Amino acid sequence: MSRSDVLVDADWVEAHGGDPGVVLVEVDEDTSAYDKGHIRNAVKIDWKADLQDPVRRDFVDKAGFEALLSERGISNDDTVILYGGNNNWFAAYAYWYFRLYGHNNVKLLDGGRKKWELESRELVTDVPQRAKTEYHAQEQDKAIRAFRDEVIAAIGRDNLVDVRSPDEFAGRLLAPAHLPQEQAQRGGHIPTAKNVPWSKAAEEDGTFKSDDALRTLYGDEAGVDFGRETIAYCRIGERSAHTWFVLHELLGQPNVKNYDGSWTEYGSLVGVPIEVGDGK
Amino acid sequence: MSVDGCGAPAGGAPVSAAKDAGTQAVVQGHVTQNGAAVPVGYARLLNSGGEFVAEVPLGEDGGFRFFAAPGSWTLRVLAPGNVRAERVVSADIGKITELEVAV
Repeated sequence: MSRSDVLVDADWVEAHGGDPGVVLVEVDEDTSAYDKGHIRNAVKIDWKADLQDPVRRDFVDKAGFEALLSERGISNDDTVILYGGNNNWFAAYAYWYFRLYGHNNVKLLDGGRKKWELESRELVTDVPQRAKTEYHAQEQDKAIRAFRDEVIAAIGRDNLVDVRSPDEFAGRLLAPAHLPQEQAQRGGHIPTAKNVPWSKAAEEDGTFKSDDALRTLYGDEAGVDFGRETIAYCRIGERSAHTWFVLHELLGQPNVKNYDGSWTEYGSLVGVPIEVGDGK
Repeated sequence: MSVDGCGAPAGGAPVSAAKDAGTQAVVQGHVTQNGAAVPVGYARLLNSGGEFVAEVPLGEDGGFRFFAAPGSWTLRVLAPGNVRAERVVSADIGKITELEVAV
C-alpha cells in the first residue's frame, strides 16, 4: 500500500471533490465548524451523534452504519474522502471505522481542516443534497479493534503504544490540556506501554511525516518491535486511530489494533496494573 | 462540549459556570492582529521540553484556553499567511493566566 492509496492532498480535493463517485465527509466531535463553513460538496458526520451508540458505550451496529451511510448518500462503490479538525483525529477514527465495517475505498485529506484553513482555501456553507442509497456494510473486522482483555494479555508481550501527551502518560494530566482535568479514572499508563504521542507523527500543519521519519520515530526511537503485534490507545480511541492509520496504513504493519476503550476504560478498571511516571 | 470526548472546541472549553479556576491551571487569552481579533488560526501549547501538548482552533474572538498543569509552558500561534508567534507562560493551580498575543 502506498500513500496515494490512503491519502489525498488539498489540490486533489479542489480538483476532484465534485467528481461522481467521490464523497467528501467532514468528521468531528464538534460539528459547529462544519456549519460555519466546510469544503464544497462535503457532507458531515458527527463523531458522537452518528458513530456512537446513544446508550451503550460502543459503536453504532452494522444496521446503524448502513442506515447512516444510506441517509448521507454514500454508496458501496464511492471513494470516501474524510477530513476534520483536531489534526484529523476524528477523521482518522472514522477512517478506521469505515474499514472496520468493510468500506475499503476510503482516504484521508492530508492535513485535514487545519491545513486547508491555514492556506485560506475556500469554505462554503451550502449543504450538498445527495440522493439516498442502499448501503450494505460488512461484519466488523475485529482484526483491527482491540478489547480490554486483549490489552491486559498484551502487557509485556506485544507492543502497547500510548499516543497521549507525555503529561497524560505520566499521570500528571488526565485529559488533553484543552479540556478540564476532572475525570473519574486514575492517571498513568498501561505497564510496558511506549509513549509515542500522536503529535510526533504529524507536522505542525497537520500533515503526516514522511514514511522514513515515521519508521525512525516508532522503531529506532521508541523501540516498537515491528515483528510483534501492536495495540495503540489514547483516552477515547480517536488519537490512537490517528496512530493506527500511521502504523497500519502508511507503514503497512499488518497486525495493528486500535483500543477504542482506551484510558477512560482501562483507567477505571478494578484490579488492573497501572504505571505512573515518565516514559523510560 | 462533553469531557467524555477529546475534541478541542474553538476558543477552548469553558472554565466553569462560576468563572473560577478552582483546581485547574488555566492559560487563556486572545490573538489579535492590528487590534482586530484573529478568528481563523490555531493556538498550540508546548511543555517546557518543547513537546506538543494540546491545540485549539481560535474562537471567533481570537480566544483560546488550556487546562494545563503547574509549570512553564510555551504558547505557539499559527494563522493563515504563515503567521507564527510564541509566548512563554507560567501556570498555577487555581489561577487563570491571561495572555494577549498580538501577531
